[in-house]
Amino acid sequence: MHKSRNVALWAGFGIVILGFASYIPLFILFPITRDVPWANYLMLAAGAAFLAIGLKRAYGQPEHHRGKISGPILSVLSLLMIGVFLFGTVYASKQIPSSSGVPQIGQAAPPFVLASAAGRQVSLADLLKGHRGAVLIFYRGYW
Amino acid sequence: MRGFEQHLDELHAHGIEVAAISVDSPEESRKLSDAKGYKFPILSDPKAEVIRSYGVLHPKAGENGQDIARPAEFLVDSAGKIRWMNLTEDIRVRARPQVVLQQAASLP
Repeated sequence: MHKSRNVALWAGFGIVILGFASYIPLFILFPITRDVPWANYLMLAAGAAFLAIGLKRAYGQPEHHRGKISGPILSVLSLLMIGVFLFGTVYASKQIPSSSGVPQIGQAAPPFVLASAAGRQVSLADLLKGHRGAVLIFYRGYW
Repeated sequence: MRGFEQHLDELHAHGIEVAAISVDSPEESRKLSDAKGYKFPILSDPKAEVIRSYGVLHPKAGENGQDIARPAEFLVDSAGKIRWMNLTEDIRVRARPQVVLQQAASLP
């Protein structure tokens, strides 16, 4: 008897890969999909749903559908990706120490003179000169 | 920082300067600003002294256990006083330039 290819399994796996791999190159660029990665969560959930359908077919109607071997393999790989993504976005990215000794609102901002990427020495006073204010963005760097 | 670059003209129009600070060397920062097209100054605090003075040190979180900055944003007024800050609890979640523009509206 001819068994049909288990499309749901492979589609689910593909969607999980997309959901896993698209965050850093794409969705992190937009605050609306970055802060809460709902677009990626949706893709991962949709992929898992397709995988579940595929597994059900593979084991429920093995005479019609393939996938008794590929199904578990693709499912385990997908679960790994989902796990890593959730770990990264729910746990790992929140592992920063609480700030200590932060100046209070209304206090003087600690002055500084630092070298800029353009090779100049830039002070806080330079940044404020001719402006109503300045935003200082502290970031982790590209080490 | 991408968001601040995109809203840089608007921020400047409201009299707000933008600068970024990390422990990266000026050469490293140069690579970053060239790659991303950042036009605001990117400042280098290799010993994390300024980062420490703003209370946003993340000890030993960098390459080879180097001290780095935790993500944070401060709005300083023309008198040098801190008017607003955002100390995020998640490295992925940064202040949006729109919020800074709102805060800046109350500056003299």
